[in-house]
Amino acid sequence: MLDIKNLQVRAEGKQILNGIDLHVKAGEVHAIMGPNGSGKSTLARALAGHPEYEVTDGTVTYEGRDLLGMDPDERAREGVFMAFQYPVEIAGVTNAYFLKAALNAQRKHHGLEELDAIEFLQLSKEKAKLLNIDQSMLNRAVNEGFSGGEKKRNEIFQMALLEPKLAILDETDSGLDIDALQVVSKGVNALRSPDRAIIVVTHYQRLLNYIVPDFVHVLSGGRIVKSGGKELALELEQRGYGWIDADRADAASNADRSLSAAGRSA
Amino acid sequence: MAQVAEKLQPWLAALGERPRGGSRWLQDLRDHAASRFVELGFPSVRDEEWRFTNVAPIASSEFRIAQAATLNADDLETFLYAGARFRVVLVNGRYSPELSRTAGLPAGFRFGSLAAAAVEQADVVGRYLGKVAEPDHRAFAALNTAFTHDGAYVHVPDGVVLEHPLQIMYVSVAEGAPSMSHPRTLIVAGDNSQLQIVETYVSRAGHKHFTNAVTEIVAGENAVLDHYKVEEESVDAFHIASMHIHTARNANVSTHAFTLGGRFVRNDIIAVLDGDGSECTLNGLYLADGDRLVDTHTTIDHAKPHCPSHEIYKGILGGRARAVFNGKIIVRPDAQKTNAKQTNRALLLSDNATINTKPQLEIFADDVKCTHGAAIGQLDEDALFYLRTRGLTFFEARDMLIHAFAGEILERVKIEPLKRALEDELYAQLAKDLAEVDAA
Repeated sequence: MLDIKNLQVRAEGKQILNGIDLHVKAGEVHAIMGPNGSGKSTLARALAGHPEYEVTDGTVTYEGRDLLGMDPDERAREGVFMAFQYPVEIAGVTNAYFLKAALNAQRKHHGLEELDAIEFLQLSKEKAKLLNIDQSMLNRAVNEGFSGGEKKRNEIFQMALLEPKLAILDETDSGLDIDALQVVSKGVNALRSPDRAIIVVTHYQRLLNYIVPDFVHVLSGGRIVKSGGKELALELEQRGYGWIDADRADAASNADRSLSAAGRSA
Repeated sequence: MAQVAEKLQPWLAALGERPRGGSRWLQDLRDHAASRFVELGFPSVRDEEWRFTNVAPIASSEFRIAQAATLNADDLETFLYAGARFRVVLVNGRYSPELSRTAGLPAGFRFGSLAAAAVEQADVVGRYLGKVAEPDHRAFAALNTAFTHDGAYVHVPDGVVLEHPLQIMYVSVAEGAPSMSHPRTLIVAGDNSQLQIVETYVSRAGHKHFTNAVTEIVAGENAVLDHYKVEEESVDAFHIASMHIHTARNANVSTHAFTLGGRFVRNDIIAVLDGDGSECTLNGLYLADGDRLVDTHTTIDHAKPHCPSHEIYKGILGGRARAVFNGKIIVRPDAQKTNAKQTNRALLLSDNATINTKPQLEIFADDVKCTHGAAIGQLDEDALFYLRTRGLTFFEARDMLIHAFAGEILERVKIEPLKRALEDELYAQLAKDLAEVDAA
C-alpha cells in the first residue's frame, strides 16, 4: 500500500529526515517510535503533504501512485488520513458542517452520492456512539475551546467518519489520560481491517498496549535505526532510547543498511 | 485662512441654498450649524481623528444639492431589502409617501417624515434634534445640520414593544452631475419600549454622489433597541455618517454596521452610556475591495457605573483597499464597574490592501474591566492545511474560512430576511473578489 524509499525531508531550513525506507502492506499496523527530535512527526507531516516540509529526495508510492505529486486534499480524498499532534482550532465552523463537507468531498471524488444533512447526522451519531463521544461535539466549532483530550478524540472521530485506507496517527496519545487513551485506541482498533493500514507515531510504549502493532520501527537522527516486532516496543520501554544510539555508534554504516533492509521487509 | 476660505467657496455657495423655513428653533439650529461648519472647515489629516483619511476628494469636489427624483416600487425591490413590514423611504433626502409603508403601526407610534414631525411633534423633535449629535465640533455633522430638512423619524411611546422591524431606506438617485444629500434620522425610544430598526443607504451602480448622514438615537429607561445600518451605495459614492447614541438607565442598544458599498466610507459611532446599568453593543462587518476606503471610528463613553459594552468589528480587504479602525473607550470617573470589551479583526486577501487600527482607552475610574484586541492578517495557513488534509480543496477550504470569519458577525443579525440578504450580497461580492485574487 505504501512504499517509502530513501525519503529525505527539510523543514525550517534543517534537514530532518535522512533517508527513510518503509514498506507498509494493507492490514498492517506499524508503530514509529523514537526520541524527541528524531523526525517522527516530520515523517507523518510529509506524508500528509504539509507545505512547510520539503521533500529533497526519495519517493513515496501509495497504492501504486506517486503520493508526493498529490496535493494534501487529493491525498485525503484518496484515503490518506493524518490525526494531528496539535489539531487546529477553527472558529466559526462547526464540526458537523466541516465533516459533512469533508465526507462529501471524498464521496464526490469516488463518484458516490453526497450525503444530505439527515443522512450525515445519522452516520455521525453512530460513529459518536461507537467512540463514546458526546454528540454536542458535533455542534461546536472545530476544536475551539476543546481540551487536549477532546481534540484528540475529535481526530479519531473524524477518522472513524472518513474511514481512510491509510491512517497516520501523529502522537495522538501524548497528553491523554487513560480514559481518553482507551477511547482513542478503541477507535483505531475498530478501524483495523485487512484492507487498511495504520501508522502509529508515538513517543511512549503505553499506547501500544492498546493498539498492538505488527511492526515497530525506531527512528533516530532522521533514519529508521531498528525495526522489529511488538516486543521491540517493550524493550524500548525498559531500556529507553539511549541504547539504540549506542548500538548505532558501534555498528556504524553496515548495521544501518541491514536495519533499513529490515524496515523494508517489515 | 484665505486658502481655507477659497477651498470652501463652492460649499459656501451651496450653504446659501440650504433649506429655510419651518419653526424658529429649527431655523436657528441650521444657522448655528452653518456658521460652525464655516468656522471648522473640513478636517485635515493633521486632525487626529482624520489622520488616515484625507477628505480632499470630497472637499474639492462640487456636489449640487440633490433634486427631487422619482422611483417606482419595482426599482425599490432591487435594493437590499430587509423584508420589513413597515418602511420609510426617502429619495434624495425627501420622504416618499408612495414608497413608504406605515399603516397598521400601534397607536401613538410615529414612523415617518422628519420634516412633518418637526411640525407635528415639535416638542419631542426640538428636545433631541441636534442635541444628541451636537454640531459644534464635528464639521460633517455641522454640515448635515445646516442642511437638515427632511429625514426619518421614529418615536416609540413608553412601554410599546414592536414585533416587526422597521426599515428606513435612503435612496440616492444621481444620474447626471454628482449630487449630495444630508439625511437625518432621529430615533426616540420611550421608557420600556422595544424595537428593531434597519437603516439602509442605497444607490445604483455608477451613480456619483455624496451622502452625509447623521443619526441620533435616544434610548429611554429600560428601552431595548436593536439597530442595523447597511451601507450599500454605489462604489462611486462618498458616504460620511455619524451615529450618536444616548442611553438612559438600564437601556440596551445594539447597532450592527454592514458596509458593503461606497467608494469612500467613514462611519463614526458615538455612544454615551449616560444611565446606570445601560448597555451597548457595537458590531460591524465591512468588505472593501478595489480602491475603496472604509474608515470606522467608534467612541463608547461610559459616563455612569455598571455599564457593559461589547464591540466587535471585522473587515475583509482585497485589491488596494484601505481600512481604518479606531475604537475609543472612555470611562468617566463615576463609571465604576464598567466592563468594556473591544475586538477588531481584519482579513487581508491581497498584499496591497492596508489597514490602520488603533484602540484608544481613556480610563478615569479605578474599578473597571476593559479589554481590547486587534488581529490583522491573512488566512491561517495551519487552518487551511488542516481542512485540506480532510479532503477539501484549497478553494473550498479558503471559502469556508472566510465565510466563518464573516459568519461571526452575520450570525448576530436577529432579523432572518436581513441576515440572508446580507449573506447573499456579501458572498456574491466575495466570490468576485476571490476570482480576481486567483486570476492575479
